[in-house]
Amino acid sequence: MSEIGWLVAVFGYLSLLTMGGGMAAFPEMKRLVVDVHQWLTMPQLMHLYSVGQMGPGPNMMMVVAVGKWAGGPLGAVAVAIAFFGPTAALALAVGRLWKRLERWPWRASIQKGLAPVSIGLLLAGCFTMARSAITGLETATIAFAVLMILRRFQINPALLILASAIVGMLSFGPH
Amino acid sequence: MSAERPASASISIGAIFREFLLIGATSFGGGVVAYLRNGLVRKRAWLDDKQFVELLAISQSLPGLNATNLAVLIGDRLGGMAGALAAITGMCLPGGVFMYVAAVAYGAHGERPLAAAALKGVAAAAVGLILATVSQLGRKSLAHSYDLVFVAVAVIGINRLHQSVLTVLVVVGAAAILWYRPGGRAAQAAPEEEADE
Repeated sequence: MSEIGWLVAVFGYLSLLTMGGGMAAFPEMKRLVVDVHQWLTMPQLMHLYSVGQMGPGPNMMMVVAVGKWAGGPLGAVAVAIAFFGPTAALALAVGRLWKRLERWPWRASIQKGLAPVSIGLLLAGCFTMARSAITGLETATIAFAVLMILRRFQINPALLILASAIVGMLSFGPH
Repeated sequence: MSAERPASASISIGAIFREFLLIGATSFGGGVVAYLRNGLVRKRAWLDDKQFVELLAISQSLPGLNATNLAVLIGDRLGGMAGALAAITGMCLPGGVFMYVAAVAYGAHGERPLAAAALKGVAAAAVGLILATVSQLGRKSLAHSYDLVFVAVAVIGINRLHQSVLTVLVVVGAAAILWYRPGGRAAQAAPEEEADE
């Protein structure tokens, strides 16, 4: 299969794992993008994901960057369609059936059952990333500070990430 | 065509695209759902809060990002399939362009010491951000202490036992759905079902 073909297959598959949020698919994205296809290294994937948190719109637009990295402009477009297309089609179909599903007793079971599982998937994705991102006391402090500030104050996370970039430059940059 | 339409059925596809493009370009820092509610319910009144919450519930029980699922569902209600396409395209376009440019810049300058230092801080901050999102989500949607078992099994399955996300989603997901099966004890004990008892 061509590189673009693999990109479409990988990101089409990953999109179906984003239960609860994009981070749920992160461990599998790491395995396929870094280990299997070696389109990027783990630090590169992690950096693109993190930069993606600063951009506008849905927080997984970073897949476009992976597509660009692995397959040029065509790769970027192919990945965007592969990643957002299947779940969009599913949402469209289920959205139209939803009224009819109202009397289906399993609907509530699915909603209640998947809620804790998707939180587990998000947490697992977070740990996968933390294993590479948290390298010492300084990075752990940054992560903890961001967590506590977001829990306590209403502040735009993009600003905190930007601030952490400056903290990073001061702490880890060339002196 | 979708089953129900709000009174404002005359919204053009172009207007849908422009509104979602605006939201897609201004919603920095994630939390796009809040921006959607503000723009579409409060500002435009294209749908009411009850419809919005209902569509959000659908978004959350499907794979895919809440933000993009919600865009598709709202777009469909406003303008059918073309509306859905306009909504998701408009919302993703600015962020997609941003990340494309970021990828080019990262390729050119990502290895420089100062950029690498900044990215180290950014990646650590992203971990904190995800933890904050998960804890907020957990407080909202974990109804019972035994829900924590499903959370723990999913984490251990992926991080310790190195199972694929798909395996964990299917196996633990099926177990959790069966736990909450219709007529089962867990389903009846759930707060929403209290009236049945």
